[in-house]
Parts: sequence; C-alpha cells; structure tokens
Amino acid sequence: MTVQNDYLNMDLLRFTTAGSVDDGKSTLIGRLFHDTKTIFEDQLEAIEKSSKQRGDEHVNLALLTDGLRAEREQGITIDVAYRYFATPKRKFIIADTPGHIQYTRNMVTGASTANLALILVDARNGVVEQTKRHTFIADLLGIKHVAVCINKMDLVEYKEEAYQKVLTQYTEFASRLENVTDLNFIPISALKGDNIVDRSDNMPWYKGPPLLYHLENVYVGSDSNHVDSRFPVQWVIRPHSDEYHDFRGFSGRVAGGVFKVGDEVTILPSGFSTKIKKILKGNEEIDEAFHPLSVTFLLEDEIDVSRGDMIVKPNNQPKVSQDIEAFICWFSGTKKLNKGGKFIFRHTTKEAQAIVSNIRYKVDVNSLRKLEDVEGFDMNDIGRVSLRVSQPIFHDTYRRNRNTGSFILVDPFTNETLAAGMLR
Amino acid sequence: MHNYNLNHLEQLESEAIFILRETAAQFERPGLLFSGGKDSIVMAYLAAKAFAPAKIPFPFIHIDTGHNFEETIAYRDSFIKKYGIQLIVGLVQDSIDQGTAVEETGPNASRNALQSVTLLETIEKESLDACLGGGRRDEEKARAKERFFSHRDAFGQWDPKNQRPELWNLFNGKKGPGENFRIFPLSNWTEMDVWQYAKNEAIELPNLYFSHKREIVERNGSLLAVSEFVTPRPNESPRVETVRFRTIGDATCTGAILSNATNLHDVISEVAASRVTERGSRADDRRSEAAMEDRKKQGYF
Repeated sequence: MTVQNDYLNMDLLRFTTAGSVDDGKSTLIGRLFHDTKTIFEDQLEAIEKSSKQRGDEHVNLALLTDGLRAEREQGITIDVAYRYFATPKRKFIIADTPGHIQYTRNMVTGASTANLALILVDARNGVVEQTKRHTFIADLLGIKHVAVCINKMDLVEYKEEAYQKVLTQYTEFASRLENVTDLNFIPISALKGDNIVDRSDNMPWYKGPPLLYHLENVYVGSDSNHVDSRFPVQWVIRPHSDEYHDFRGFSGRVAGGVFKVGDEVTILPSGFSTKIKKILKGNEEIDEAFHPLSVTFLLEDEIDVSRGDMIVKPNNQPKVSQDIEAFICWFSGTKKLNKGGKFIFRHTTKEAQAIVSNIRYKVDVNSLRKLEDVEGFDMNDIGRVSLRVSQPIFHDTYRRNRNTGSFILVDPFTNETLAAGMLR
Repeated sequence: MHNYNLNHLEQLESEAIFILRETAAQFERPGLLFSGGKDSIVMAYLAAKAFAPAKIPFPFIHIDTGHNFEETIAYRDSFIKKYGIQLIVGLVQDSIDQGTAVEETGPNASRNALQSVTLLETIEKESLDACLGGGRRDEEKARAKERFFSHRDAFGQWDPKNQRPELWNLFNGKKGPGENFRIFPLSNWTEMDVWQYAKNEAIELPNLYFSHKREIVERNGSLLAVSEFVTPRPNESPRVETVRFRTIGDATCTGAILSNATNLHDVISEVAASRVTERGSRADDRRSEAAMEDRKKQGYF
C-alpha cells in the first residue's frame, strides 16, 4: 500500500454498526480489522491469552472490541466504542453500539455523527423487531446510507433464498423511511470472510460489491448542506497586542453552506449587515469556507458579535423562534421527562433554558406505532414534544441541517445530559 | 462546480480546533497537558492555530517525573518560548517529598503511575477546571469508550459506567464544585494520522523520534535507554543500537525500537509496515490486561 503521498487524497467515512445479540457484529469488526491488517501482533497475543484464560475453544475476536473489565466480566458491551481502520482510499471511524433493547440511547449517540449505518441481520432469522428498531433510529437520526449485511450465509448453505427473503421483508417496511435514500443488501459470512474484502465464490448469484468495496466507495460528499450558509460564533479572537491592535476575529465551525470573502452577511440576533473582509484558517488566509471547516471571519464593519450569535446570508435566514417542535430521545434512567419540566438547552454554540410545553406522542420503536396521551418519557423513549425556549433559537429542521437542527437537554441540578433532540 | 470535500486530515484538524475553542469557551481555567510527546505537540500546534493570531489563552501543564529525556525538556522550553505560553510544572518529586506519593521499589520500579497523584494535586493547586490531553481512542482498549469531554468527579476519578453521552458536536461541560474535565481533541486520530499530519504541516518534533545511536539494555522485552535512571543490572549487557522512539514518556518505561527512519517520510513507511502497536513498547501497559483502565480510574491522563 502506498502511504506516502496518496494519503492526502483519502477521505473519511463515519459509520455506525447495529445488530441484535449474536448477530456476529464483533466478529464482523474483527474480520474487517484482520483483513485490512489493523490487528497488530501484540493485540492478537493479548486476546489469545485472554481467550485461553476464559476457556474459549478458539481465539475470541470479540475480546478485541470489548474494552472495559466490567464488560468482559459480564460478556456484554455497555457503551458506544469508537474504532478506527483505514484503507488507502478512506479512513473509517466506527461507532460500535450494543444491540440490547435497553441501549437505544447508545445507538442514537452512535448514529448522531454517522454517514452510514451498517445493520446486521442473521440469515437464519431474517428481519426481526430489532432490525426495524435499528433502521428506524438510523432514519430518525438522518442517516442517508444503510448497508444491510445478511450475515451467517455459511449457515444457510449460501442459498439465495435466505438473502431474497430478507430483501423482501426489509423493503416492505423501508418504504416508510424519511431520510434513507441509499439502501444496499450484502450477503456475507463474517466468520468465513465471504464478501468482506473479496467477492465470494460461494455466492455467484450475488452481483453486487463486497462490503469493504461498498464502504470505500459510497458517496457521502453530497450529504452535507452546502446551500444554507450558517456560522454559529464559537469564540471571539482579540489578541490585545500592538501588532494586532484592532483585530477582532469571529471563530467557529461552518455549520452549513459556503462563505466567501466579500459576501454580504447578517448577524443574528442583532440583524446588522456587513461584509466578510477576510477568512482565516489558522494564520493562513483563504477565499472561502464551507462545512465542516473551522475558521475565523474578519468583518468589514465594527459590530458587536459574541458567542451564541449566528452569521448568515441576508437572503437565506434560519427560522427564529422561542417555540420549537422536536423529536427527542430520553436518556436518563433516574429522571422522567414530564410536561412543565425545565432544562438547560444547548444548541449550536448557544445555551438557554427550555420548558416542556407539550408532550405530543411517543413512538413504540418496535411496532413504529404512535402512542398518544402519554404522561412522560422514560429512559430510551422516543417521541414528539413542544418546547418553549428562554430566548429565540436560530435553527433549521434537522432534516435540512443536522448541525443547526440538533440540540441536547441538560439537567440543571446534576448536569447530566438527559436527552437528544431533533428539530422539526 | 466546486469540490467541497475535505480529506481525512483536514476533517480531523477542523474537529480538534473546534474542541480546543469549545474548551476555552466553556471553562474558566483550562490547561493543556504538555509532555513533549508527539500527541501533545500536535495538540499544542493545533491550539496555536485555533486562536491565531492571538496567543493560546491557557497555560501548559507538565507533570514531570524527573526521569526525562533531556531532548524532551529542551523541546518543551523552546516551544513555550516561541509561542509565549505560561508553563506550570508539577513535580512528582514534590509529591514524594510530601508523602502523598510513595516511590515504587523493586526491579521494575517506575514513577509512571505516580504521575496521577501529582496531576490531581496540580489540578487542585492551580484550580484547573479542564485539562486538555493528547490521548487518542486507538491507543488502548480502555480508551475506545472515552469521551471528548470526559467528566471527573471531585476525587479526579473516571467512572466508565457513568459518562455523559456525546451527540453531534454538542459538548456538555457543565460541572459541580470541585469536579473537572479531561478533554481529548485528538480522540479520533490514529497514530498514523498524527505522523501524516506532522509531515504535512512540517511540525518539528524532538529528534528522539528519529533514528539515532544509543546505548540500550533489553529488559522484559523492551529496549530501554541507559541513563542515570536506567542502569544496567549485573545480568544485563548494555549495547549500542540504531534506534528511535514511537512514543515518549517516562524514561524508565519508554522502550525504543530498532529503526533506520531518519525523517517523517521513513517513519510513516515504517509505521505502515509495523506489526506491533506503539504501546507494545510501553512497559507500563504490559503489567496487566486492565492496566490502563485501572490507571484511568485513579486519575491518569
């Protein structure tokens, strides 16, 4: 593999993995690591030793991914783990989430930063309730690309019927999805390595690419919003030095669209307009900035701008409101979400207070049915609520822009993160 | 039509700068843990970029075991001078003298674990509410579930079962009295990303990272540099080898590797071909399978 110059052409794919217990997720990740030469000798030695101590008959690849001692003792994964591997084409970040029903919050967390969801289905069992739940969460979190891996094909004699059955079952309910636009089905055996890196000779009826090829080539460049220009101000740079006496730079990460030097911009909430004089990336001047670059803007006019303000284009402004509608996923196991509940509200670089003004409905994540007339949300509940925020929020719908359409709720007493929200 | 795609290094850089600025904005008194190792150097370089042309708006903290490579200290001092940074040094020796840390005895004694004590004492003495660290999730299994914003209780402890979920780019740095955070801007970087970024940005690194001749002894599978802190035992025969370091920490537990890589180009080729992780040469991780997890719970970096 060429590593010297080609790495400047590599891009990044973030994906999340979901599967029911025993669908072979750890084996699949172990297989991807093994076949891309990501496992090192000292790691292999360490898990060989542990496998022996545990009395496992063979080297247990799942030990490679089960990180914490508490988890190893219980034999389950209790939290999202982030894992990394690379090929000459792409660097991959995996948000590896456990499949148990009580860990909906983990899948929501893992999916929040992912471009693609890899959903495992056991070829012997076909689509089960958890498959639908995982798909629903991926869709809710705005993931456009879903790769359904029909695993353990070796246990159904590599027969096309098992694959076709999953495809039919899955396509039936996938028609209801809002965001998923790119759906692929790949028959694999993680244990034996079929259709992981190379096309499998055991399944000549499958004409699509193997999994790794798909992960390397799936096009995610158009997933970012390059239309609606949004720049939440994160930090104001004032050097207080003689050399930069009047310097005022507004730093942040472009949350959407494109900004160019000379562009006319409006500052929210003040409503003042000015032009972009310079764009800095570190000390270097650049002509334009787009999502997700971290940059610093210098403006033509001296305007008071601070953290929590948003720089936008005058002819394309976000929604500005104190009353918002959202889907939320409730994370807390000790506290309930109730009507009238008060929380700290964190959105882009802004912090405010929010009150739950209405609970509209809860979604049963297994049947995908709406449950109306609910009193409150418990841990892992997902549903629609209305919130009243203490100050106007500059936002877009989550569907249009993940960065300006997402928020979290924080407990004002314990400081815990209680919920994830997606604006409608 | 414009190409609005960033390569993986540009995306990692942008993310790390966002975290660094978020730390400055959400905390009253953050500090950057600077060990002179490559990860903390890259993090410091990114901090300089994040706040340019202003100075980095927080001090650097060096938890000093006293068992240093002299090259590391020289590098540290020239870096803070160049960027006009305030340096706070926490000495492990002070903790030992006060009796809050007890020096290990025995054949493999190291001050590595004692750094946790000195770090917690420095955090308290300087009233730091957040410490930026160069830790990466790919380093070790116990780090794979670490957060960007890692909450520590009033005892400086990490509770792996009670960490806050992190969604999108929304980081919750709220805390109670006496609590603080460890923040890891390089969480999503791998060892290879660090080397590639250093090469691409022409970041100067201590020459310990490049091939040189050095007197070493082989001990428990690690090649340790002979110094006033590591002296050969009767059964060991020191020899001169052409080596470099993949990680740099306390001189008593940082192993060298045999290498002819004299520049970043060669280092990248070597790391790509390597079949052993960088921590494979760290004696501190070899003690037990859960060694890192235990040290983290006690307040390690």
